[in-house]
Amino acid sequence: MSATHAAHGGPEPHTSTGVDNVKMAMWTFLGSECLFFGSLISTYLLYHDKTGSGPTSADVYDIPFTSISSFVLLMSSLTMVLALSSIQQGNPRAMRIWLTATAFLGLTFVGGQIFEFTTFVEEGLTLQTSPFSSAFFVLTGFHGAHVTIGVLMLLGVVAMSSFGRLGPDSARPVEMVGLYWHFVDVVWIVIFTVVYLIP
Amino acid sequence: MNLQTSRRGRAWVVALAVAIGLLMAGCASDAPQSVLEPAGESARKADGLWNLTFSIAVAVFVFVQAALIYSVIRYRAKPGREARQFEGNARLEVILTVIPALILAAIAVPTVGTIFDLAGEPKGDDVLQVNVQGRQYWWLYEYPDLDVVTANELHIPVGTPVNLTIEGYDVNHSFWVPRLAGTQDVVPGRVNRLTLEADEPGTYRGQCKEFCGLSHANMALRVIAHEPAAFETWIAEQQQPSAKPAGSLAAEGAKLFVNGSEDGQFAAGAACASCHAIEGLDGALGVIGPNLTHLQSRKTFAAGLFKTNEANLRAWLADPPARKPGSQMPDVGLTGGQIDALVAYLETLK
Amino acid sequence: MATAAAGTDRRYFARPTAKTGWWAWMTTVDHKKIGILYGLTSFVFFIIGGIQALIMRSQLATPDGEVVSAAMYNQLFTMHGLTMIFLVVMPMGTALINFLLPLMIGARDVAFPRLNAFSYWVFLLGGLFLYSSFILGGAADGGWFGYAPLNRELPGNGMTYYSLGLQILGIASLAGAVNFIVTILNMRAPGMTFMRMPVFVWMTLVVSFLLLFALPVIGVALWELMFDRLFGTSFFDPGAGGDPLLWQHLFWLFGHPEVYIMILPAMGIVSEVLPAFARKPLFGYPAIVFAGAAIAFMGWGVWAHHMFAAGLGPVANSAFALSTMLIAVPTGVKIFNWIGTIWGGAVRLTTAFLFSAGFVSMFIIGGLSGVTHAIVPHDAQQTDTYYVVGHLHYVLFGGSIFGLFSGLYYWWPKIFGRLLNERIGKLHFWLMLIGFNLTFGPFHVLGLLGMPRRVYRYSPGLGFDLWNMMSTVGAFTIALSIVVFLVNAVLTARRGEQAGADPWDARTIEWMIPSPPPEHNFDEVPVIRHRDDWWYRKYITDPKGTPAPVIAGGADASIPADERDNATASEDEQAHGIHLPSPSYYPLVTAVGLPIAGYGVIYQPLLLAVGFLIVLVGAFGWVLEPPAEPA
Repeated sequence: MSATHAAHGGPEPHTSTGVDNVKMAMWTFLGSECLFFGSLISTYLLYHDKTGSGPTSADVYDIPFTSISSFVLLMSSLTMVLALSSIQQGNPRAMRIWLTATAFLGLTFVGGQIFEFTTFVEEGLTLQTSPFSSAFFVLTGFHGAHVTIGVLMLLGVVAMSSFGRLGPDSARPVEMVGLYWHFVDVVWIVIFTVVYLIP
Repeated sequence: MNLQTSRRGRAWVVALAVAIGLLMAGCASDAPQSVLEPAGESARKADGLWNLTFSIAVAVFVFVQAALIYSVIRYRAKPGREARQFEGNARLEVILTVIPALILAAIAVPTVGTIFDLAGEPKGDDVLQVNVQGRQYWWLYEYPDLDVVTANELHIPVGTPVNLTIEGYDVNHSFWVPRLAGTQDVVPGRVNRLTLEADEPGTYRGQCKEFCGLSHANMALRVIAHEPAAFETWIAEQQQPSAKPAGSLAAEGAKLFVNGSEDGQFAAGAACASCHAIEGLDGALGVIGPNLTHLQSRKTFAAGLFKTNEANLRAWLADPPARKPGSQMPDVGLTGGQIDALVAYLETLK
Repeated sequence: MATAAAGTDRRYFARPTAKTGWWAWMTTVDHKKIGILYGLTSFVFFIIGGIQALIMRSQLATPDGEVVSAAMYNQLFTMHGLTMIFLVVMPMGTALINFLLPLMIGARDVAFPRLNAFSYWVFLLGGLFLYSSFILGGAADGGWFGYAPLNRELPGNGMTYYSLGLQILGIASLAGAVNFIVTILNMRAPGMTFMRMPVFVWMTLVVSFLLLFALPVIGVALWELMFDRLFGTSFFDPGAGGDPLLWQHLFWLFGHPEVYIMILPAMGIVSEVLPAFARKPLFGYPAIVFAGAAIAFMGWGVWAHHMFAAGLGPVANSAFALSTMLIAVPTGVKIFNWIGTIWGGAVRLTTAFLFSAGFVSMFIIGGLSGVTHAIVPHDAQQTDTYYVVGHLHYVLFGGSIFGLFSGLYYWWPKIFGRLLNERIGKLHFWLMLIGFNLTFGPFHVLGLLGMPRRVYRYSPGLGFDLWNMMSTVGAFTIALSIVVFLVNAVLTARRGEQAGADPWDARTIEWMIPSPPPEHNFDEVPVIRHRDDWWYRKYITDPKGTPAPVIAGGADASIPADERDNATASEDEQAHGIHLPSPSYYPLVTAVGLPIAGYGVIYQPLLLAVGFLIVLVGAFGWVLEPPAEPA
């Protein structure tokens, strides 16, 4: 996306609102994502008690474990902020380190989720067990997919930066990926609260 | 140009008059499922609201269409006419916003009143309770207090509110007898209710209204309203078990019904009794298809698709899905002899 | 560093250079070409959807019709609905938006030209994906709102194609919505304030926000359906405790805004056409804009009026009845304002005007029958009958399609440089108006006589016969009118009257540039001083309030239209300062991955991987290709 604007070979052209086009697009897209996760969370809330003969949430949830992986994901927002501030101070090397750290924390979170899913399946809660299990796996699975896409974008930015391919305004792509990343984090805070903490 | 336009205007009025005339004609024609001829309390209340709303809608329609047509004709371009340049008229706009709002408020009050009115469950000793299930593609009725189970043709006494408890089974259907009451969806996993009451004895046709698969179009039903005494008689008949089959062919049919035969697909597991129940016939306890104890007391079978007679039963047994697409009753490859026997037996189920 | 990289880019990711022929169209990122592609594609789907309708009408012309089987009929009505909604009305609106939006706000292109191309290709391929199901074992057959649990239980892959195909089409619409929102908010010419924007632009903005928030909701429902059908989840399995009403809520939470997504662009078109031919400003511009926004906003609070018979209880039913009545108020405001626009004007009865007037006239009927749905006790009679089918066709055909045809006749000369023939156009209009009312008017009567929708046959003796026959005759009359339109398009393609820049003496700035517009749209980005800026460049208002032509050279950029006709920007002009986005292969490449992934989900995981790989490669090339070919 960013290349569209690089077309003008310089700073962002004038926009009517003064907000960068890509940033505005990202914000509108994230607005749409709110409704996406909102619908998934609604489904989960509707089905929380529809466990049939399968395990209930109280049977399987491991709150301490999930709290730790949630903390890891939260920390990744901090490293994301540090990455952006590094590049804004003109330090691409530091930015790459922080971005890699962010990706690593994201991957740790995804790894934790895979571990959690595996444990649940062993305890008899599979995708097919009950409306509750379907709603749980699909909601958290879609979130995990969002984190994974975020990791790919982070690593992509790192790679492009290494090859000097970020263009003249290299903070912009970092800022865009950052917006997305923070959004995915915030969504997780909501999911963690609604799914794991509220009984 | 001018002449042409005004002629067009007149053509409009004529077209409108013709349309309304045709509409009237339509109402008057023979239409057993017409919403416009309510024959029961619930339907009449809905119809009252309709009459109110429809008259208002017609008035608004005439007024607004007339304004549109008038403005087009009156202000058409001609030499020497220049458009008056104005961008709005705040007062007029407010008035034209408030008037529709007031009209709608006038409709809203009786609407909400009637919604709550119709939602109330009928109370009293004389209320008849019937449990309804919509299934692909037929209707199951159970009279829990009277110990009667029947299918497709719902018998009720006149002048008595009937409380229908409507349960889902496979997919969504919608129970609809237009002349008696508005529709109520049948939703699997949910229990809905509807009050039905008929003023006069008679047969009221209805059909499934929510798309439910291949034979959605073939899922009709009938409500047969009796005078109270006739209804009691009907109940008494329905409470009887079926008679023992008279004659050897019918007896053979009864045996086939329960046990099937060795040859072909029609083995015991796939015999009629695995889906259909018949009171008084040992081993006929199936609950998937309609209860056939008093099949011959129903004027039609297969959800109103065929008149109950020998020829139709024969054709039906030979290949149900061919007669009624998507029928859950399979073609089990009956031989001509087997069909003879089965039909002979079914004929005894008075 | 950057230069060296750019050199590699040019070698490996060269931008396409074809200016004519197939490749030019396949790689174009020009909003005008994409608009034409959208229009052409949606028109082909319109013909297909229309043929499906004709088959259905033939089947229903008489009781116990035997033209098609029940199984085929169910596919036909499902695909007819999906086609007309997702492959005709929405993209035909998008076609006009694409072509006109940048022209109307004084921009060179949309904010993201490649994303725009991507939207088109995803739309086209999504449509083909959906249609391929016909030859791959049967199309979707659960109705366009495919209620649960039937949608998860129908055999075959039809409903799986439905769940995946609509997802793919949703991606196209979502990308388009983001693109249009950013374009409108950010790319307006200097002086083009919000309250100077043409109403069509306003409605595009409103619709884009509706899409933005509605699509993810149906997206979730479709994912859940897909998981139910393919991976054994139990979202909609009542046996396991799933709730079929969840589908209805999610579907209609999308579905009702979707109704406004389809009608608001047409309302925008009408709000452009009526002032142009009445030679006066739109009556109550702020009210029309506000009403459009209000309809969109309130459109989120009325979804359960599709579920009055589902058993939600009297409280919910009353609440949604009231909100449904309330939404009629802003709709009424619009109708009064349109009549106010005609009032006192000097109306030229062109085909474009007639279609707009037809829109208003037919929409009054659709609007009034809509109000009758809010009468819950009687809606229990109307719902799922032909009465509702009649209502929705008055809104979506009498409304959207009439509006879109009005837009086509109005902007055709801008798009193609030649006028459509007015005599043939009027024949088209009158045939369509008569055919339309003959087809869908009887639907109301049929519904009231008790004919349910989605029936492949009906028995004789129910009083349906005459009305059905009338309707079938009407349907073929509509078909004839479409033939007339096609004849018009073909005849005028070569011999049509040259349009010139401003054939209608219109009001908005797309008419100040030549027809068809040059690739870069505006030689100089116009500075906007008025609503209907082009009009006020041509006319001043004399003290008596009547418009008088501006004397040539009197106002800025007020060069008379005829002098501008042949003035296209010289190569020289293009060379300095006008940067046009370069064509690109990658929107198409990326789009191709999606249906392949879709087939993969149904048939073969390996294909899914291939699809994703193509998407990744496309995205990779998208990011890495050089900004533009060296000048």
